[in-house]
Amino acid sequence: MQRFAIQDKIFVSLAQLFAFIVFALLFGILVSLIIGSLPSIHKFGFGFITGTAWDPVTEKFGGLVPIVGTLVTSFIALLIGVPISFGIALFLTELSPNWLKRPLGIAIELLAGIPSIIYGMWGLFVFAPFFGDHIEQWLIDNLGNLPVIGFLFQGAPMGIGVLTASLILAIMVIPFIASVMRDVFEIVPPMLKESAYGLGATTWEVVRYIVLPYTRIGVVGGIMLGLGRALGETMAVTFVIGNSHDISTSLLMPGNTISSALANEFTEAVGKMYTSALIELGLILFFITFVVLAISKILLLQLRKQEGNKD
Amino acid sequence: MFSPYAKRLLLNRTNLVISGIAMLIGLMALGWILWTLVDFGFHGLHVKLFTESTPPPGSDGGLVNAIAGSLMMSFVGTLIGTPVGIMAGTYLAEFGQRGWLAPITRFLNDILLSAPSIIVGLFIYEIYVMRVHHFSGWAGSFALSLLVIPVVVRTTEDMLRLIPDTLREAAAALGAPRWMVVTMITWRAARAGMITGILLAIARISGETAPLLFTALNNQFYSNNMNAPMANLPVVIFQMAMSPYDDWHNLAWAGALLTTSLVLILSISARILFKKEQ
Repeated sequence: MQRFAIQDKIFVSLAQLFAFIVFALLFGILVSLIIGSLPSIHKFGFGFITGTAWDPVTEKFGGLVPIVGTLVTSFIALLIGVPISFGIALFLTELSPNWLKRPLGIAIELLAGIPSIIYGMWGLFVFAPFFGDHIEQWLIDNLGNLPVIGFLFQGAPMGIGVLTASLILAIMVIPFIASVMRDVFEIVPPMLKESAYGLGATTWEVVRYIVLPYTRIGVVGGIMLGLGRALGETMAVTFVIGNSHDISTSLLMPGNTISSALANEFTEAVGKMYTSALIELGLILFFITFVVLAISKILLLQLRKQEGNKD
Repeated sequence: MFSPYAKRLLLNRTNLVISGIAMLIGLMALGWILWTLVDFGFHGLHVKLFTESTPPPGSDGGLVNAIAGSLMMSFVGTLIGTPVGIMAGTYLAEFGQRGWLAPITRFLNDILLSAPSIIVGLFIYEIYVMRVHHFSGWAGSFALSLLVIPVVVRTTEDMLRLIPDTLREAAAALGAPRWMVVTMITWRAARAGMITGILLAIARISGETAPLLFTALNNQFYSNNMNAPMANLPVVIFQMAMSPYDDWHNLAWAGALLTTSLVLILSISARILFKKEQ
């Protein structure tokens, strides 16, 4: 008996130790990034976030272009990806015949399984030329001269650029958002939906007035999860965004994101300040994604808690 | 012109059609990407791929150094990450009812699960590569192991939670200590699910490029030395695809087809295994 007690103690402590390692990992990452970016933080201060200079020769660095690029590409990706994800989740939960649900679900999950470098290659060799030849020219001709938003669609149809990167990101976040939406749609009590149908509501009205209000928090949580993914996505964006540190207002021009700047420049960065500036970019990315993912997680937990209280 | 009822029906119809179109867009994207891979990569599949190392541009070669490097690093990464993940997941499911550690770790683990993988590469660069002053296979393995951990923690916990408490209580009533209940009863009962988690983790790291860029780097030659820069499929594919040489592009597509097939086969078999056991 005594021996068992000691063995138990060892086993439980061991499990606890490993749980603690996982717990400490995130803080370890945070601390190491902060230490790595100290030289840059000291030298540039808050100006790093608002500065647009990126000159390795004179060691003047400002992260505004990649930071804005990260936010803009992710925002456009959500703008396109969220409605499509919603449509897919709606199709999977309300419309699809039962025998089709599983294969379609697997197909969407496969989309999530494709490595991001494959998205990048497909984007660079197949999608960008197609997009440049057929769609960008149309955008420039038809939207480029519009007031207010026209400036977003000016320039040459090169295929690669901010908009192409955003579209590929949109495809990449669809499976994540769609599968969260599908999961939360499925927790709506059938009783509620049946009651609405009983009152004569159409499928769309049931979704619009019953399912969506009921799962609102979860849907936002899923969107935030997709946002977190889009913000940190590296390889696919690196292939197609063009990696330019120049500021440009047109979505058709090359740009940069934090992760693509890191992927392109980090191994070639010479000098302490250059490396440190890149690590500071990484720190900013880590911070933004942490906040977004934490919000997502909290929202999804809240939905589950509500769910628990109702039972 | 329309009666209110007809309007509602029309709106319903339109939105459902749009939803179907959304589904089609998703399927088309998947089909287009997979077709591209087969179309560009298939004719590059060749025995040489598995017997020769990456060539300089303009000459013949294969990817054997990259394939071997990827296998070694994925193996070591899984070997390091799996025990940590299983033990931590076990703690969360079995012992973490009281105290602050379990809920916070669960929360942070879910964030790690979706955190940008390039940050993991930066982290390993900071704490390991900088210390030893060179890129290496070990560093790549460490980075991959950090991606394995959150996946395994999450699935282990989820799977252990599916095991009914009555099983644990039955074992405890027979006088089994807690460690025996966990290792002989719950782990065994949840085995298929836990293996699914490990397979999914391997699938995830097989295609990861970003964390290897600043850890394993690349190596033009075949090398088994884990302490030196090591070739690996994703980084080789990246460098070849970004190069201006056509023959490198062909090799990159062949490598891409290999990697994707492996990843998709792994994740599908993980799902089938899990489905069968249930």
